[in-house]
Amino acid sequence: MPIIIWTIQLILIPALSPLGIGLIKNMKAKLQNRQGASIFQPYRDIWKLLHKDEVVSVDASWIFRCAPYIVFGITIVVGASIPLFSSLGQGIISSDMLLVIYTLATGTFFLALAGIDTGSAFGGFGSSREMTISALAEGGFIFSLLTLALTRGTTNLFGISAIPMSLYDQSFLPTLLAFLGFFIVLLAETARFPFDNPATHLELTMIHEAMILEYSGKKLALMEWASANKLLIFTALGANLFFPFALAQSSMMGVVLIGIFAFIFKILVFYAAIAVLESSISKFRFFRLPDLLLISFIFNIIAIGLLNYL
Amino acid sequence: MLGIFASPMSFFVSLLLFTIGAIGSLIAQKDDALANWWGGLFAIAGSLGGLIFATSAMIVGNSMSFSLGALTFPLLTFSFHVDMLSAFFVFVISLIALFCSFYGIGYVKHYYKKYSIGALGFFYNLFILGMMLVVSSSNGLFFLIAWEVMSVASYFLVIYDRKEQSNLKAGFLYLVMTHIGTVFIILAFLLFYTYTGSLDFEVIKSGVALIPLSIKNIIFVLAVIGFGTKAGIIPFHVWLPSAHPAAPSHVSGLMSGVMIKTGIYMMMRIFLDILQPIPTWWGLTLLIIGSVSALLGVLYALAEYDIKRLLAYSSIENIGIILLGLGSALTFSSFGMPQLALLSLVASLFHTLNHSIFKSLLFLGAGSVINETHTRNMEEYGGLIQYMPQTAFFFLVGSMAISALPPFNGFFSEWMTFQSLFQGIAALDFSARWIFVTSAGALAFTGGLALACFVKAFGVTFLARPRSQEVLHAKESLPLLRVGMGALAILLLVFGLFSGFVVSFIEKVGRNLSIFHSIPSFVSVLPNQSPTIANFLRVSGPTFFAFIIVACIAVALAIKYVIHRNQEIRLGATWDCGTDLTPRMEISATGFVYSLMTIYKGVLMSRIHHDVKYFDEKTGFLQKSRTVTLSAKDVYQLYLYGPLRKLAAISSEKVKNIQSGNIHTYIVYIFFALVVALVFAL
Repeated sequence: MPIIIWTIQLILIPALSPLGIGLIKNMKAKLQNRQGASIFQPYRDIWKLLHKDEVVSVDASWIFRCAPYIVFGITIVVGASIPLFSSLGQGIISSDMLLVIYTLATGTFFLALAGIDTGSAFGGFGSSREMTISALAEGGFIFSLLTLALTRGTTNLFGISAIPMSLYDQSFLPTLLAFLGFFIVLLAETARFPFDNPATHLELTMIHEAMILEYSGKKLALMEWASANKLLIFTALGANLFFPFALAQSSMMGVVLIGIFAFIFKILVFYAAIAVLESSISKFRFFRLPDLLLISFIFNIIAIGLLNYL
Repeated sequence: MLGIFASPMSFFVSLLLFTIGAIGSLIAQKDDALANWWGGLFAIAGSLGGLIFATSAMIVGNSMSFSLGALTFPLLTFSFHVDMLSAFFVFVISLIALFCSFYGIGYVKHYYKKYSIGALGFFYNLFILGMMLVVSSSNGLFFLIAWEVMSVASYFLVIYDRKEQSNLKAGFLYLVMTHIGTVFIILAFLLFYTYTGSLDFEVIKSGVALIPLSIKNIIFVLAVIGFGTKAGIIPFHVWLPSAHPAAPSHVSGLMSGVMIKTGIYMMMRIFLDILQPIPTWWGLTLLIIGSVSALLGVLYALAEYDIKRLLAYSSIENIGIILLGLGSALTFSSFGMPQLALLSLVASLFHTLNHSIFKSLLFLGAGSVINETHTRNMEEYGGLIQYMPQTAFFFLVGSMAISALPPFNGFFSEWMTFQSLFQGIAALDFSARWIFVTSAGALAFTGGLALACFVKAFGVTFLARPRSQEVLHAKESLPLLRVGMGALAILLLVFGLFSGFVVSFIEKVGRNLSIFHSIPSFVSVLPNQSPTIANFLRVSGPTFFAFIIVACIAVALAIKYVIHRNQEIRLGATWDCGTDLTPRMEISATGFVYSLMTIYKGVLMSRIHHDVKYFDEKTGFLQKSRTVTLSAKDVYQLYLYGPLRKLAAISSEKVKNIQSGNIHTYIVYIFFALVVALVFAL
């Protein structure tokens, strides 16, 4: 039985992530009074790209060629080591919060290097902007998880998700504040509004798209898929660490199924929130983003301050 | 068997080898190649000796006290005391010196016929010898002699490339700053002597109860300034970014990797060993200093476009991280939580070891690049990965390790530092807690900024297209250079994967200190696991690394053989929007950090300077060239050292007034001086 759970744990993120992107796009289209593409369109896109030949710049080095595999591989590994539908993983695999944060940073590192590698002006600026945002988001990211680690007494992510949330507990308000901080980081790290516009190739606004501009064919498919994975990973972190209910506590078939359905439900809520957000606000000017990230950090500081009175 | 290697004899053999290397290369200075090989090989042999000695001393685990002859100078004995902490630092020094010496033999070749190789070999060996003595001596006066040997030898190495005017200036600044630091150290030692009547560290330690608290506090301040100057904490760091880049690269590697750690060693020795028990504010002060140094260090590193200055500033950042560990160790020990104090001390020691490896690797890599391109300006690099693929790979490994990316060793020591800060937040209350929160915040932001900094350092140097003609002539570095770098890169991975094993070793080192003797171990010693602390889960290095590698390879294979077998990859030009894409259009070092520097404007005081040249000077219509420099304002020079220098100049001018040139006046001065001295003495 655990083998089956591990298989589900391993493939759940890459299997569901394109669907998530399709859902957000579809919801946004509906909100904008458009028909919108099918929610399965991202799968078709990836399949199509995977069967195309590719063009690689003559200036590119092995970093550019290897980066998609590394970036994608890292999202798979991280996806498998965070709580998705159960909190059973404790002790089986390393899912320390700092390890997860820094492993994700390794992906960002190679993505940014790949952006510089081809010598295109777009790629370099994309990397510069990406590193700027991720450098500023790091504080909020670590501290929002730290607030949880302090309330639950462990930095293990499965450990954090194993302790049920109580509405009447004094840790409720700090958790809520930490969640607000985390949500800002989520938007920043996964290149959504108001940090980045995932739908455009206009050079003034793009960050993530600028870095992967030179990719084509299979490598582009991997990059797109990896970024969908990353969105799902962050959403799963937000859903399962801050709202840890209905997670499977044993490996019984029924409990696991409930866990998976609960997971999908929570993800749906998050994605709907992102879609509504993206339809209702505009992208911020680049130099206003630090304010937003600082707010995320301050939320977490307040949360930790409130923990004083536990 | 180990007993023989862990004896004073083997330590002296190692010291002797350095001495022979130093004197021999001076004698052989007529012949450049001979002097180089002589100095280099003896440095290698000496380092190997030191490595064997230190490793066996740490395994055997007993402290040794021994002295060199019975000399009858008052207060001065050449006595050594090697406990495990000293042995650990001897280990770090020897390890880095070993690989830097390999690299050095190859690297020095381009100085042939330009400068005296014999002198380089002499000072190089003397420098390592000095560092070995500093961490093993147990007498204050002997320590100061060793400290001076180390400082002066490194001064001559800094000004070795003396045709460059800026190097001489950097060397002078270094000499002045290091001696200002020494003044504070001497004052601290004099206070020790006043209250305990001895300069021997062991005697001072046993008589520490005689020192009143107020004097202890003064000693703390003096020691932090004195040793902090050597370690490069902000604001006493001003010498570091100019002196480290000036030296030959393998020496820069040693200075940044090891020499600044001698300051850390002495802080540990004095605060955690000699002066126990200590008040709380010491640790908290070190935490604040550490946070400031880490955050500002990385911001200044980010603002640099000189590759070696960037690395030097990043050393300041890492010293800050080490101090965060040490500061929490002091705080915990003053609150009577030895277990947590030990954890923090181990984090700090582990980061000391790790930083010395990756920083020397990065300096060696930078040295190879500079050797080929003849400039330290990163704007003139670009695309070097095509010309120096192996050097680029080693530099990449170093960059990943220093940015604390798993599975390299930097991550594990930073992880432990984070954990000890988290433990502090959880365990302490009120003001101490908030200082821990601030420190953890500083460390979190430092981590993110360091990542950006090294994406810039690697990306701008090695990726994209060459931005100057020099790059086109660059060749892969010589085999000896690659041996030095490759070995260090392997160490980074090995110490990362087997961090659990290394940590359990370092924990033994920490527990050798008398305050930690009796507490239980926090490490579950299994060879492939990192420490388990209370309910914080272990981070298993090898498994995780294997998992990532397997995932990446599986994806690559699946794509290649399952999804699309006959794939075609065409080479094409980078998309150029229809214009001719030139290297001038790609991102530059300045451009890369422009946004971060604008955001941190308040701290960096960054400003843009335009330097425009015209075809027509008078009217100024036709621009010939335009140079834009984005740089951080040197606030320390402007607001701290500048005024101090002015003050010194003015007061010297005033003091000059008593110099009348009349011999009778001078006799009166002597008389008064004598009377005053007698009054104090009696």
